[in-house]
Amino acid sequence: MAENHSLQDLRQQAAISAKVFIQRDYTNGTVCQFQTKFPSELENRIDKQQFEETVRTLNSLYAEAEKLGGSSYLEGCLACLTAYTIFLCMETHYEKVLKKIARFIREQNDKIYAPRGLLLTDPIERGLRVVEITIFEDRSLGR
Amino acid sequence: MNNCEYQQIDPQALSGRTPTPALPPPPAVIRGEERLKARKKWEVFPGKNRFYCGGRIIVSRQSGVLPLTIGLILVTTGLFFVFDCPFLVKHLTVFIPAIGGGLFVFVVISLLHTSFTDPGILPRATPDEAADIERQIDNSGSSSYRPPPRTKEVMINQQVVKLKYCFTCKMFRPPRTSHCSLCDNCVERFDHHCPWVGNCVGKRNYRFFYTFIVSLSFLTAFIFGCVATHLALRAQGGRGLMFALQESPARYPFTTEFWSILGLSGFHTYLVASNLTTNEDIKGSWSGKSGSEDTSNPYSYNSIITNCCSILCGPMPPSLIDRQGFVPVETATQTSSTEMEVPMLAAKETNVCAQGTIDLLETASRSPCPQTGKPQAVVTSCPDANPAVTINPALISDPAAMPSLTCGGRHLSHTTSPPDEPRQPHQHHNRHHKTRTKKSHSSKRAALHVSSLSPPTSPGPGLTGTQHQGRGSFIALP
Repeated sequence: MAENHSLQDLRQQAAISAKVFIQRDYTNGTVCQFQTKFPSELENRIDKQQFEETVRTLNSLYAEAEKLGGSSYLEGCLACLTAYTIFLCMETHYEKVLKKIARFIREQNDKIYAPRGLLLTDPIERGLRVVEITIFEDRSLGR
Repeated sequence: MNNCEYQQIDPQALSGRTPTPALPPPPAVIRGEERLKARKKWEVFPGKNRFYCGGRIIVSRQSGVLPLTIGLILVTTGLFFVFDCPFLVKHLTVFIPAIGGGLFVFVVISLLHTSFTDPGILPRATPDEAADIERQIDNSGSSSYRPPPRTKEVMINQQVVKLKYCFTCKMFRPPRTSHCSLCDNCVERFDHHCPWVGNCVGKRNYRFFYTFIVSLSFLTAFIFGCVATHLALRAQGGRGLMFALQESPARYPFTTEFWSILGLSGFHTYLVASNLTTNEDIKGSWSGKSGSEDTSNPYSYNSIITNCCSILCGPMPPSLIDRQGFVPVETATQTSSTEMEVPMLAAKETNVCAQGTIDLLETASRSPCPQTGKPQAVVTSCPDANPAVTINPALISDPAAMPSLTCGGRHLSHTTSPPDEPRQPHQHHNRHHKTRTKKSHSSKRAALHVSSLSPPTSPGPGLTGTQHQGRGSFIALP
């Protein structure tokens, strides 16, 4: 969506209308999952399917980060044997997936949310408690 | 901005004085403010923690007896190397000091990891989040005179779990999270606050703690065995056991550490195998004591191997408190935050429209300092935007059990020193914590438990191991 508008217009128009918080879903325990329930404030902004797809992908990425499997056990055992000193020089699997998540959120913002005057905040900036969606009043950004 | 300072420097006095020009402005430009350096988030962290090495090392402000722990380990191992090793190397094998040295290094590294790692602290809710939660609570509660309940029930693996609201952190605590009043933080998968390591033991450092106590058991067992062998060999070769005892210096009291450490390792092995925390075990959350219906641990994988592997070898979760990040610049300014600060980008932005939109939106949405608790201009048209949570005194009777007890009643003598920020609600919370301490049901159980433990000022349970029943750590129950 190529829009030609000056910076001044953006500055005046990007006023925050509201913030929506998607809370954690604890039905499967303490693993990091977010609720896929569609918040009512976003009803006239974004498609419900689109939103649920975003949250589901996020959930699957976090599940991948916290997955218990051969590679995570190997990493854990190796760390234990080296008295956890490898954490000082090696990036953990979780951190790698977090970078992937940050990229995913940036892409989603670029392609889907920003054109609709919404902004997703990476949950890691909120302590993995909520997905914060900022809703902007954007009369001239249009849809 | 820096012009005044340069003009004031007297060129004739340059030889005697070293002028200190102001630091260049940080990445974000500050309008009309005198601040010269953006502060890192660890510098404004609201909990009772201390940071070293630029925020990389985190310890509790109440470091407990960590120096004593390190001292005991060093002294015991030192005496072993000085008095037992030469004899044993001569009479047995040269591997003895090698094994001892390896174990010692492992113990010290695990201890330092436990003490200096973020245990899984949850950052406090931002003002917008807190306002949103307040709104939800008000909407869900009845309109009667009774205040709405500050608990939320969720279904976890077909088990009903109650989530409590934390007044200090202004959020509903995730499952297995507890607020440690010594550190003034909510910690995920909170086990206990251990004064011996001077830090909380939680999700991120439990494996280090477990490794520490297990390796310490091995070390003390090894030293115990070597000392016994040494005595036996001397007694055989010399004039009997009594003479051998007299010859060696009086370091035998230290060997009683072995029994309490062994007991503690055994207890934590049981906890690991059943995927429980010390906190849950003491409160009897899943053993059915607190309720009449069948309760089973919903977090357990029902397999000892899986439980052990998930806790000790599972993926290492990241630190959520972002110590190294910079505090957003909007916290410094009191001006309206709806205007963006993009002075330098104007020339490039028209070409990179989408990216510019994102940047501007992000700058606008970044909620200012979450610790101030003051309503920020960011949320201008948000209804009920009053992040300063009003405390209803009637809520004191809420059985949200947030007491914290340590062996010597340390919590009750805990200072009410005001936090860094002049937040009235925060100080109010601390007082509420203490009044709830006296009323809470679990405090009575903990008191019964605590009374059997020795006070913190004594030389430590290691030396009076028999009283301890294997629980060498003081338990703080937030």
